[in-house]
Amino acid sequence: MANKLNLENWVCPLPLKNYPTVVMGHGSGGKMMNDLIQHLFLPAYNNKSLNQMGDSAVLNLSGLGEGAGRLAFSTDSFVVSPLFFPGGNIRELAVHGTVNDLAMVGAKPLFLSVGYILEEGLPMETLGKITESLANACELAGVQMVTGDTKVVHKGQGDGIYINTSGIGLIPGNIDIGPTLAKVGDAVIVNGTMGDHGMAVLSVREGFEFESVIESDTAALNGLVDTILEVTKDVHCLRDATRGGMVAALNEIANSSNIGIEFDEDLVPVNPAVHSACEFLGLDPFYVANEGKMIVIVPEEQAGSVIEVMRQHPLGKNAVQIGRIVEDHPKMVLAKTGIGGMRIVDWPTGELLPRIC
Amino acid sequence: MKYLDEYRDKEKTELLIEQIEKKVTRPWSLMEICGGQTHSIMKSGLDQLLPPEINLIHGPGCPVCVTPLELIDKAISLASMPEIIFCSYGDMLRVPGSVGNLFSVRAAGGDVRIIYSPLDALRIAKNNPEKEVIFFGIGFETTAPANAMAVFQAKTQGVENFSILVSHVTVPPAIRAILESPEVNVDGFLAAGHVCAVMGYWEYEPIAKKYQTPIVVTGFEPVDLARGILNCIQLLEEGKIGVENAYPRYVQQQGNLEAQKLIKSVFEICDRKWRGIGNIPMSGYRLNEDYEKFDAERKFSGIQEIQTNESSVCISGEILQGIKKPDECSEFGSRCTPEFPIGATMVSDEGACAAYFRYGRMKLSRTNF
Repeated sequence: MANKLNLENWVCPLPLKNYPTVVMGHGSGGKMMNDLIQHLFLPAYNNKSLNQMGDSAVLNLSGLGEGAGRLAFSTDSFVVSPLFFPGGNIRELAVHGTVNDLAMVGAKPLFLSVGYILEEGLPMETLGKITESLANACELAGVQMVTGDTKVVHKGQGDGIYINTSGIGLIPGNIDIGPTLAKVGDAVIVNGTMGDHGMAVLSVREGFEFESVIESDTAALNGLVDTILEVTKDVHCLRDATRGGMVAALNEIANSSNIGIEFDEDLVPVNPAVHSACEFLGLDPFYVANEGKMIVIVPEEQAGSVIEVMRQHPLGKNAVQIGRIVEDHPKMVLAKTGIGGMRIVDWPTGELLPRIC
Repeated sequence: MKYLDEYRDKEKTELLIEQIEKKVTRPWSLMEICGGQTHSIMKSGLDQLLPPEINLIHGPGCPVCVTPLELIDKAISLASMPEIIFCSYGDMLRVPGSVGNLFSVRAAGGDVRIIYSPLDALRIAKNNPEKEVIFFGIGFETTAPANAMAVFQAKTQGVENFSILVSHVTVPPAIRAILESPEVNVDGFLAAGHVCAVMGYWEYEPIAKKYQTPIVVTGFEPVDLARGILNCIQLLEEGKIGVENAYPRYVQQQGNLEAQKLIKSVFEICDRKWRGIGNIPMSGYRLNEDYEKFDAERKFSGIQEIQTNESSVCISGEILQGIKKPDECSEFGSRCTPEFPIGATMVSDEGACAAYFRYGRMKLSRTNF
């Protein structure tokens, strides 16, 4: 990237340095807003489509993706507080969330848009840092930020910064992945430990002083999906296990595909620090959010080779089959418990509520 | 995780279940007192592994469930006041009052905060001297020491803008009430291990003797529960009466004397209404004279008289006393679910209805992986 900002010693380029914080004028559509775009956003996201500065980005799709016949389109909004947490921050989430949504239908993510809603008074330095690492996250995920929008709201009407990203990607012609396509007998695979992101955010938000720092798993999964698709095109479902955790993702698949899912709770990887924190707070890690974890559903006979290739990828080192799709109890997810019983693993109800005792 | 995994161990559980199977010769009904135990039994599927002779009855030990509707309504009206920061344990927020719950207060602009320790509420009070901070002090003897400590510290440090809305209940009077109810048929009790860690189990010895019913102090993990059940079945089969401690790694006969001292210095015993059950004499704590200015009910006396409307179809009272099981309710799983609970036993994870709904609302089929 040209004109790369220096994150460590970020100094607002002229004339932004006259404004150490965001003010209403930065969303006014006038000179100040133009300054913000010219001096902050364009250098950070620098690409041909964006630099044309049209009201819409004009995208050239020719030559992108073999036999691509279908477009995938997704959007995601990010209102996380705090903005910075161990292992990540809102800007990475903003890229990863949308990139992952595209990857979960087998699309190659290509272009993103970003919409900022800034609260008056947000330090310009914070906006600079956020923008820069949004740009870095784009580069790492191999996508371009091609269009955007900025609004400023009065002090007290926002929480520092809200970010929305939308993205489009192309689905190769021979790929058919979707939540309705799980089949009886399929293997249910996860790519790693569950609950890391939610507990990382909670640990800073609530000011817990855990002995070991829990880091968010925020990551773009499109690379891992690519490696799976290199082994087999016969992937039935992919689902990123974000809010509601693994359990929400499994229940969504069970419902959409009208099948049952059974898994063995002892096989699900959980980071020991996350396990301890969850026990301490009365939470279940299977219900806690992730930002770099997914459920992979493939025919049983493909499971071995898929897991093998996943384990060679940095985001799939702990990949493991946790269960399978069954004919019984359609639309329900059941777990084999540690002592050999069975239990329903139901949808999360709403907010995760720590238990009293 | 150390101190946990070994008590969730499959082989140890199976060994204890084998011993229970060998020992049991006839049907027995055991009541686990605590909702945390009910939750653990349902979550681990322990109930499916026990011999059919053993009928587990779920007791009243869910503080969220038994907090009376009047008090929830008081909490809701207090939390709605603009000058108040209302602090609560998380699972109280979803408990339905006559109209709405604490979540709906928060959505309407009330300052309702989930905290993990009452001392956090005290800290919030110190940081917000212009506001009144109220902590919803509910629970059994387990939460009483921490709640007492918050009030004790508030007094010592002169924090005037802090008070607690108290709804403490105690276990022994509830056991007595259950044993005196003609409808309830309990052969033995699994007492709540964490309550006994605070209070000891000397209080239970006269109860076991008077009602000729064994009581076994029991923990919360599958191995602990299986051990408690085995001890209780042994006592019953051998015709012995008494109190046994199957949770010795945490519980001593005299309990935690420091904690008891603190409770005594801050609280006094009072009659308490239990949601779904009714008034149980001498079954609760309230702040004593020395601490009455920290009592939210006295401090905000305008909210004393609130007319409440309890659902007429909910059978949570019978469930809390072990007279009925959740799936015997006509509304269970249809009109009453964790998303839209009609009664309190469906709200908290520790409520028997919620535990049934979450983990066992259908006949489970087995598949070997």
